[in-house]
Amino acid sequence: MTTVAEVREVLAQVADPEIPVVTIADLGILRDVTVDGTAIIVTITPTYSGCPAMDEIRADISSALAAHGWDDVVVKLVLSPAWTTDWMSADGRRKLEEYGIAPPRRTGSGPVAVGLSQRDSAGLSCPQCGSRDTEELSRFASTACKSLWRCKACREPFDHFKDH
Amino acid sequence: MTPLETYTLRHGDDCLVLGQRLCEWAARSPQLEEDVALLNIALDLLGSARSLLSQVGDEDQLAFLRDEPAFTNAQIMELDNGDFGRTMARQLLVSGYQVLLWEALSSSADEGLAGVAGKAVKEAAYHLDHAHSWVVRLGDGTEESHARMQAGLDDVWPYALELFEADDVVTSLVAQGIAADPEVLEPAWRATVEKVLTEATLGVPSSDWRPTGGRHGLHTEPFGYLLAEMQHLQRTHPGASW
Repeated sequence: MTTVAEVREVLAQVADPEIPVVTIADLGILRDVTVDGTAIIVTITPTYSGCPAMDEIRADISSALAAHGWDDVVVKLVLSPAWTTDWMSADGRRKLEEYGIAPPRRTGSGPVAVGLSQRDSAGLSCPQCGSRDTEELSRFASTACKSLWRCKACREPFDHFKDH
Repeated sequence: MTPLETYTLRHGDDCLVLGQRLCEWAARSPQLEEDVALLNIALDLLGSARSLLSQVGDEDQLAFLRDEPAFTNAQIMELDNGDFGRTMARQLLVSGYQVLLWEALSSSADEGLAGVAGKAVKEAAYHLDHAHSWVVRLGDGTEESHARMQAGLDDVWPYALELFEADDVVTSLVAQGIAADPEVLEPAWRATVEKVLTEATLGVPSSDWRPTGGRHGLHTEPFGYLLAEMQHLQRTHPGASW
């Protein structure tokens, strides 16, 4: 008899394909697991609408479960409620920082402010040297979920997982 | 097609066509960060397009195998990129509109639309912020950048007005709490963009000419070239995948 806890334990090993130090559970992409007899339904949600990693995540989930003998698996993609970085685990934030990516701050969720030109000025801590003397270079970086920053103290550029 | 499908497809086509058009900046932007930014914006739009098209039918069939008159995007989405100023002018007008549109649709009575809108509203806010900073930087920049920014804005402005057209499809869905009301969107949009244009020392264009027809399959000359590029692989090698 398969239990949800067993399935979750296996899924806890499934890493994000673009930022492999964190798992899909850490990121809050994994939304739900249900087990009905031998049938498993895994529900996931994309970070950004166009996240190109979703197909790969879907395949990784199926193959991780298949490796444990679970073949009757449906991976369901839901858009609502919309993903937010507030769902990221404390462990996930710590792992990002250790990896050199400044983790997201709490957004407090709720409606999105659509104010104009709110260039991010609240200093982030540099994941390399810890200085708060940092600046945002671009809202858009190597992946949809990150922005590009520079530390003015150690002069190193770094990624920030955007508060979203 | 039901009114809901028609409405969903219009917004899916808007996202698809502008996303495709922005991709033409790949490797041609003024700086590397801008390549990354424009393609990230294109990727967000493509993501929304896929979700919306999938609610109407098979996304690949709809994107790759429809002929030009079957596309229902507003014409502003298909316009040539022109210079960087013109691209940013269009992005300001479109993202200013989409932020308000998605905000309204995130409480749509239709769950499918509300789901896409709830995600897209956060992304469109980034797009708007990006366009805003460039329009101000170029508008309130040198004599040359100001002149080109204003020229780009004047070119694309009349096309933006099509976004606020209401026909029977829109009117009936507004009454059911499904669609966003263009009469509410337009003044809010004007307030958003006029504030930016003032900051950018740019004049707000006025136009009696209102291009129309995109929602009913009438498109401008550059659109055919965009479609040919987007569709030729699937049409030459049907079902190709890799």
